Parts: sequence; C-alpha cells; structure tokens
Amino acid sequence: MDPVISNDVIMPGEVLHAFQQRLVNSGGVVSFTGQVRPVNSSGIPVKHLHLQAHPTLTLGGLVRAVTEANARWPLEAAAIHHRIGDIASGDTIVFVAAASAHRRAAFEAADYLMDYLKTRAVFWKKEVTECGAEWIEPRQTDHADFSRWTLEGPRHARH
Amino acid sequence: MTEITFWGKLADTVGTSKHTVALPDSVRDTGKLRAFLENELGLDGALRDPANRIAINDQIVVEPATLCASDRIAFLPPVGGG
Repeated sequence: MDPVISNDVIMPGEVLHAFQQRLVNSGGVVSFTGQVRPVNSSGIPVKHLHLQAHPTLTLGGLVRAVTEANARWPLEAAAIHHRIGDIASGDTIVFVAAASAHRRAAFEAADYLMDYLKTRAVFWKKEVTECGAEWIEPRQTDHADFSRWTLEGPRHARH
Repeated sequence: MTEITFWGKLADTVGTSKHTVALPDSVRDTGKLRAFLENELGLDGALRDPANRIAINDQIVVEPATLCASDRIAFLPPVGGG
C-alpha cells in the first residue's frame, strides 16, 4: 500500500480497519499510532506541532522504507499514514501498520518503519508552545533506535 | 530564472520559503551558489553550513554539483523526524 502524507485528520481505528479488510493471508497485524504529546521535554504545554514535508523527497523516502521493510520481513502489507500541517496536542501524527503470517515479522517491521520515520524521513517539525516556537531535531535515542536495524540487527524474522 | 526553495528552519532564517533569482554565469556549482546566496540574501552563514543539504530537481546531491539555470534548487536543513 502506498504511503499517505496528508493535512487531513488521521482516524487510527478507521485506517486500521481498512488495512485489515485488505488482508487475505496474515495472522499477525501490528499497528502504531503516534500522537502529539501534551507537554514538551521541559514540561511546557504544547499547543501544536507544525509538520512540513517536501512534495517529492518525503514520499519517495517513505516508499523506499516500505520497500526495505518488505525485503527484510515476509510481509503481506505495510502502511504509513503521516499527517502534515498544524497538528493539535493529542491528535494523531502518524499511523504505521504491518501484517504478516506470524507476529514477530509484523512487530519488527512496524518498529523499523517508525525508527525510519523518526530519524531518516524528510519531515521538519516545529513545536509551538506558549513560550514560542522551536524547530525539533531527532533525539540521540532516536538515532540509536534506528542503528539497531543494521546488518547485524533483525533481518529475517519468521516466527 | 532559477527557483530556490528553503525548508524547515531555513525558511525562518532566510525569511522566505521561495526565492527566484537570475544566477550569474559564474554561479554554476553548489559551492558558488551557497556563497552567492549568502551575499544576495544578507545571511550569516546558514547557507554555507554543509548540514543544510542541497537538492537539485528533487534529488539530494553530493557536492560540489553542477548547476543549470533551469534547475529547481532546494535547501534542506537536517530533518526533524516524523
């Protein structure tokens, strides 16, 4: 399934239902929903995040990430829905799902796609609080998470 | 005319997300472009920072890269994560 980048509100339940409806031979479906945290790392209430994507580079990267997930794990399907624009506290930013015959591949593929999104995907993110606005960059832990998927990391889960 | 776009934090730094300019004949690679725009836009080094990558016609390039007047150029700051 082609990744989706949109200004529209993401309804995770509806997207998951539609994802499952298309499956014919999966035994495990894992989904992840990311939403805007109500407070930032300093404990200041977040009004909204502003997410910006490049019209071609961003989608191209997401397509390659899904292709890579399919190469690493025996997936029936994988989905990414990513919101851009102004996203209010508590609203969904991203929905990821992976489906496979067995659960481990689905868990790992969804984890991989999220790590890609947090560190490699071409999004720019500005956090807007009552104290002002600040552009956000990935945390060290996000990079460490993505580095798990190197050659020595999980590649061919079959269980 | 050459269309240059600035993304993320760079749009705030430059003060605009799009700049259309007639590049002099002497500006035919990314290194000269960075220097030219710094002067043209009165910036303080943001476009010289190699952490801010350049895409030409929607492809992130290895620099120095050759430019044509008809290219679409984008300056991309480090990504922020989804």
